[in-house]
Amino acid sequence: MRYEICPADILYTFGAYGMPTRFTHWSFGKQFHKMKLQYDIGLSKIYELVINSNPCYAFLLNTNSLIQNKLIIAHVLAHCDFFKNNTYFSKTRKDMVESMAATAERIADYEVRYGKKCVETFLDAVLAIQEHVDPSLMRDIIPSSFIDQQPQRSEYEDLWDLDQRKIPGQQAIEMHKKNPKEPEKDILLFILENSRNLTEWQADILTMLREEMLYFWPQLETKIMNEGWASYWHQTILRQMDLTPSETIEFAKLNASVLQPSKTSINPYYLGVKIYEDIEKRYDILAKEAISRGEEMMTGREKIFEAREIENDTSFIRNYLTDDLIKQEDLYVFQKQADQYKISDKQTDAVRNQLIGQRVNGGFPYIVVDDGDYMRNGELYLIHRYEDTELDLPYLEHVLPHIHQLWGRIVHIETVLENKPLVFSYDGHKVFRRSK
Amino acid sequence: MEENQKSRFVVTEENWSLHRKGHQDQQRHLDKINEVLKSNLPDLISEENIILSNGKDMVKIPIRSLDEFKIRYNHDKSKHVGQGDGDSAVGDVVAQGEKKAQPGEGKEAGDQPGQDIYETEVSIEELEEMFFKELELPDLEQKEHSVTTIEDIDFTDIRKKGLIGNIDKKRTLLSAIKRNAINGKAEVAPILEDDLRFKTWNPVEKPQSKAVVIAMMDTSGSMGKFEKYMARSFFFWMTKFLRTKYETVEIEFIAHHTEAKVVSEENFFNKGESGGTRCSSAYSKALEVIKEFYPPSRYNIYPVHFSDGENMTSDNKKCLEHVDELLAISNMFGYAEVNEHRRMSTLMSAYKSIEHPKFNYYILQKNRDVYFALKKFFEKRTEGLR
Repeated sequence: MRYEICPADILYTFGAYGMPTRFTHWSFGKQFHKMKLQYDIGLSKIYELVINSNPCYAFLLNTNSLIQNKLIIAHVLAHCDFFKNNTYFSKTRKDMVESMAATAERIADYEVRYGKKCVETFLDAVLAIQEHVDPSLMRDIIPSSFIDQQPQRSEYEDLWDLDQRKIPGQQAIEMHKKNPKEPEKDILLFILENSRNLTEWQADILTMLREEMLYFWPQLETKIMNEGWASYWHQTILRQMDLTPSETIEFAKLNASVLQPSKTSINPYYLGVKIYEDIEKRYDILAKEAISRGEEMMTGREKIFEAREIENDTSFIRNYLTDDLIKQEDLYVFQKQADQYKISDKQTDAVRNQLIGQRVNGGFPYIVVDDGDYMRNGELYLIHRYEDTELDLPYLEHVLPHIHQLWGRIVHIETVLENKPLVFSYDGHKVFRRSK
Repeated sequence: MEENQKSRFVVTEENWSLHRKGHQDQQRHLDKINEVLKSNLPDLISEENIILSNGKDMVKIPIRSLDEFKIRYNHDKSKHVGQGDGDSAVGDVVAQGEKKAQPGEGKEAGDQPGQDIYETEVSIEELEEMFFKELELPDLEQKEHSVTTIEDIDFTDIRKKGLIGNIDKKRTLLSAIKRNAINGKAEVAPILEDDLRFKTWNPVEKPQSKAVVIAMMDTSGSMGKFEKYMARSFFFWMTKFLRTKYETVEIEFIAHHTEAKVVSEENFFNKGESGGTRCSSAYSKALEVIKEFYPPSRYNIYPVHFSDGENMTSDNKKCLEHVDELLAISNMFGYAEVNEHRRMSTLMSAYKSIEHPKFNYYILQKNRDVYFALKKFFEKRTEGLR
C-alpha cells in the first residue's frame, strides 16, 4: 500500500483523469473544472482516490482530519483487497500507472509530430466509443490470419467437403465470407483489425486507449460491490476502534454523508453495504442452524468474502438482493410521466430486474459489429442489442461521424424506436434514418 | 510478495505544485468554448435575446459541440431505480422534469437527473470584444483631432495640504507609521498634522470626439418584420461598435416611404406604413438633419440606409445625386439591402456602379448576414490602403 498526500486540485485532477499519469484531453479538463468547482463551492468533496496497481496507490486529500483519514484508510484498504481478490480484476494489468504514463508520452509525441489538432480530433473519435470493448477478450491482439488457420487435415478429409459442395450459382454468395463471422462486441478491436483508414500512429493510439478501457472495465462492472465492500469495512473497523466522543461524531457525520441514499438514483456505497450486511446476517443464522444440526457451514463473514471474490454487480444483485431487502430499503422503479418523474413500480422482481438491467454492460448500451463489409462495399453495420431501453438519438447522431472517421466508410447502426427497427447511416456528410 | 518487506505501507507527500495537467486541459476546454463561440458569431450576434437585452445581461448559450457524445440511453424514456424513506407508493413524484421546450426534438436542456448539456454564460461584453476585434473604423478622416475639447479633472497628485474631504487615509496612516517607526515606536498614533496627505487633481483637456449614425429605413409596405429585425440588430451592433471608438455617439432615426421624417427609435422599429418608396426623400432629410444639427467639422457622420431596394425607377437618379452629397460629408455611407431571394432590385442596379471608397453596400439574406454586413462596412483594412 502506498499513500500519497496531495492538495485538492491534484486529487481532483486524478479524479477527472481516472489516473494521475493519463494522457491529456480537453474532456478531462472539462471534468476537472466541474469537479473542482463543486469542491470550491462546497457541494461535493472527494476524500481519496485508489488505484488498482501493485503496490496499490491511495491518494489522500491533505486537508483530511485524523479521524477522516482513519476512515479513509480503512476504506481504501478494502478497495485494495477488492482489486486483488475479485475475479473480474484478475486479468487487469497491475502496472497500469507506468503504462498510462508511457501512453501519455507517446500521445504527446504524436501531437508534436502530427499536430495537436489532428491528434485531438482522433482522440475525440476514439473516446466517443471507448466503452465498446469486450472484456471477455482481455487478450493480446492476434492477427486474423492466425485465427483462420485450419487444424491439420488428414489425407482423405477433403472427402467430407464433397457433401458441402454447392451448386455453382450459389457459390459466389458463399465465397463472400462474412466478417465478423459472429457478431463482435469489441468495436474498437474490430476497427483496429479491419479499418482501412487508420495510419500507424492512429492504430497505436486506438490500441493504447482500448487497453486503458479494458483496465477500467471491471471497475465499471463492480461499482456497487466495490464501494459497498469498502464502506462495509470502514464501518466495521471504525466501530471497533477506540474513538473519543468527538471523533465518534465526526466519523458518524462523514459516514452518513457517504452512505446517503437518494430518491432519484442508487447510491452504490449504501446499497452495497446493505447487501453485504444482509448476506452476513442471513448466513450467520443459517450457519447457526446448521451447527445445531451438527453440520458445518460457512459463516456470514466467510460468505461475504466469497461473494466479493466471484461476483460482479449484476450477479451480486441477482443472487443477493432479496425481496425482503428490497422492501426494507423501500426501493422502487420510477420513470418520467408527462413532466414529472413518478414511481411506477414497487414489485420486487421489477426493481431487481431494472437494477440489473442498469448494470448490464457497465450501464452502456450493448452494441455489436454485425458486418464489416456491408453491401459488399466495406461499410460498417452495427446493431444495438435492444432490451426495452431506447437510445438517446441526438447523441447517437453525433457519435456516428466519429465512428465514420475511424472506419473511413459509410457507417450504419440498427436500433429500435417505438418497437420498430430503425437504421441510422452516416455517409460522411449527413445522417440518414430509415426503417428497416 | 511484500511479505519480506519490513514496512507494508509507505506514506509520502510530494511537491505537486508543478503538476498542472488539470489546469492545462481545463484551459484547452475553455479555449474550445471560445472557438465555438467565435465560429458561431454570425448566429450569435443576431440572437434575439441579445438584441432585445439592455446590453449588460449575460446570455446563456448552449455549446452543443462540446458535449462528449457517446452512445447512451434516452434518459427520459428509460426506467430508473430510486430509494424512498420507507413509505413510498406507486405514483409518488420523486423529481420534477423540465417541460418540453420543443416537442419531439428531444434536444431541450434541462436539469433532469442524468442530463448534461453544456451551457456557457457569455456576457455581451465578451461577445463585443470578440466581434469588434474584427472591425475597424474606416479611418478616412481623423476628425477626432477636432478643435473642440472638454475639460476634465484627474486626481493624480498627492500633497500635504488640501481639502479635508480629499484626505488620502492610506497614505496618511503610512506616513504616520513611518514617522513613529523612525522614533522607535511601532505604533500608528499619534497622527500629526505633518502626516496628513491629500489627493489633488489636475485639470486636463481632452479632445472631444463625436459621431452620429443616421439610421434610415424604408418603412414602406414591403418591409416586413424580418427586414426590420435585421435593421434593428444591425443598428444595435453598429452603435455599440461606434461607442467604443467615439466619446459620444448619437443616432438619428429617419423613416421613409415616399416621404421621410425623423422618428423615435420605438416608431422606427415597430411602426409599419404602407405606400410606395422614394429613397431620395430619406437622403434629403438626412442632409437636412446633418446641416441643422451635426456640422461635419465636428461630427463623424455615418449614414446607413436599410431598404428592400424596391425604389421607384424615376427616383434613382436623384438618389445617386444625394448619395454623392452625403459621401462628401460622411465618414462612410452604407446601403444594406434586405433581400431574401437576391433578386436584382432597382436601387441596387443604380448603386452597383458607384465606386467611392466611402461607399459600401451589402445584401442581407439571412439573420447571420448582419454579421457579414457589419464586417463589410467596418472591415479591417490592410496596411496598403492608408
